[in-house]
Amino acid sequence: MLQRTDSLIALNNAGMVRAGKWLVRGVTMTVEPGEIVTLIGPNGSGKSTTAKMALGIFKPDEGIAQKRADLKIGYVPQKLSIDWTLPLTVSRFMRLTGHISRKEANSAMAATEVLHLAKSEVRTLSGGEFQRVLLARAMARKPELLVLDEPVQGVDFSGEIALYELIREIRDKLQCGVLLISHDLHIVMAATDRVICLNGHVCCSGTPTTVASSSEYKALFGARAASGLAIYEHSHDHEHLPDGRVRHKDGSITDHCHPGDGHHDHSHEHSADGKGTSSDA
Amino acid sequence: MLDDFFARALIAGSGVALVAGPLGCFIVWRRLAYFGDTLSHAALLGVAMAFLLEVNITLAVFVVSVFVSLALLLLQRRATLSSDALLGLLAHSALAVGLVALAFMTWVRVDLMGFLFGDILAVTRFDIAVIWLGGACVLSILAMIWRSLFAATVNVELAQAESMRPERSNIIFMLLMAAVIAISMKIVGVLLITALLIIPAAAARRFASGPEQMALLASIIGVIAVFGGLFGSLEWDTPAGPSIVVAALALFVVSVLPTPYLKLFKNTQTGEVQIDHSRGTGQ
Repeated sequence: MLQRTDSLIALNNAGMVRAGKWLVRGVTMTVEPGEIVTLIGPNGSGKSTTAKMALGIFKPDEGIAQKRADLKIGYVPQKLSIDWTLPLTVSRFMRLTGHISRKEANSAMAATEVLHLAKSEVRTLSGGEFQRVLLARAMARKPELLVLDEPVQGVDFSGEIALYELIREIRDKLQCGVLLISHDLHIVMAATDRVICLNGHVCCSGTPTTVASSSEYKALFGARAASGLAIYEHSHDHEHLPDGRVRHKDGSITDHCHPGDGHHDHSHEHSADGKGTSSDA
Repeated sequence: MLDDFFARALIAGSGVALVAGPLGCFIVWRRLAYFGDTLSHAALLGVAMAFLLEVNITLAVFVVSVFVSLALLLLQRRATLSSDALLGLLAHSALAVGLVALAFMTWVRVDLMGFLFGDILAVTRFDIAVIWLGGACVLSILAMIWRSLFAATVNVELAQAESMRPERSNIIFMLLMAAVIAISMKIVGVLLITALLIIPAAAARRFASGPEQMALLASIIGVIAVFGGLFGSLEWDTPAGPSIVVAALALFVVSVLPTPYLKLFKNTQTGEVQIDHSRGTGQ
């Protein structure tokens, strides 16, 4: 089944209009099995709308949204609030949309380090804990397509790196497609196969390298953001992502820098970005 | 046993309480209390229609409730009024139209109080059959859509994305609510049906650690309220329907007592009074 060549989801020139205003328009994209696609863009650029059209939550007002028949989706929504009136423990929440064996639920919770919270009420979790529970729930479903809407909200910095690492591991293990939504421009790129940059329309798309060097991207996010992305061009062998990030947070550059892996071309950008991000943080 | 009007009342009331519990939980979780009110007020219009067309009252109430929920869905999509204004409009106009229509039908002699506040002591064997068979249908359908409906209650978009078909479950849930209002009208009357749905569920919240548990507890608390209310009404000669609601209220009040007081109750039995401030009032 995973060998099939047709896309998991496909949008063709899709657009949504609300109150006479186009939220997003003319989006054409696909997610293939085993592929990680990232949607990036500033706030209000239509990232979530695009994902929701692809998921079938919204019907596009223009163009076509297609989903493979009986596609098993694991969805990590951006926001989810649980009312006091609703008694809901983490282990019950894991089984929200389908039966999952205790063993599968436990191994998913262990992978996101929330196993100790299994008996807690969902309402009492911190933002970061809840994000990890949401991810555990989505991955325990063994989805063919995993969709994550800003999955690092409320997750601390080192947790963020681990989270992206985990998403990639899930992809490798389940061979599922992944659709990631992020406004985190720096860190998200490493594990991504394809980036689609949105700003009310697709402003550019391609491999992280292509997008980062495109003039549209620089115009949208500024040169500093673009230089931040350059770090991860060479990080495509994945192992270097956490190191890379830690390093430029610290400001020290050479710790994990090995000659010949492409670092040297970008070392000046590292330091530029290092300053940039630390002043940001 | 069924020859005794009091036994019939207990059996009919328990049947309604068992069904009202799980459904009431969804009303509490989804903040639909006012929606329930609207449907039950509209039930009086159903009563008027039943007399006019000479059909079964329960059936007419069910049909009218279904129409009112559909009208609400349409108005919510089109109108500019807010949901609560729409609900109020529908609830009270349906109630008023029902009352006016009944007044026009001069050939009908109806005990209006019976419909407004219920007439549980007058339930027949046929009523009991309708309540228990209808209730069994409602509960089985609810069990079938439970996972989908609960997922949609937690988050509609999540349910939609993961193919739980939340819209279908929502419509089925509305039909179930219309059915429960139709079968429970005779027990507590149109003005108090929502109370029977909501109060046991609210009382169950404190002691439940999961949704299924809360549904079961709400049913049990509802049955206790029916027994308490009916025996109370026998003892003090109070109206049966309102007495059941008062009994449910009493159970709710016990459920919201802060933990130290609950402990006080427990400990006075063992002769030891201890107030523990370190524990919260429940999660």
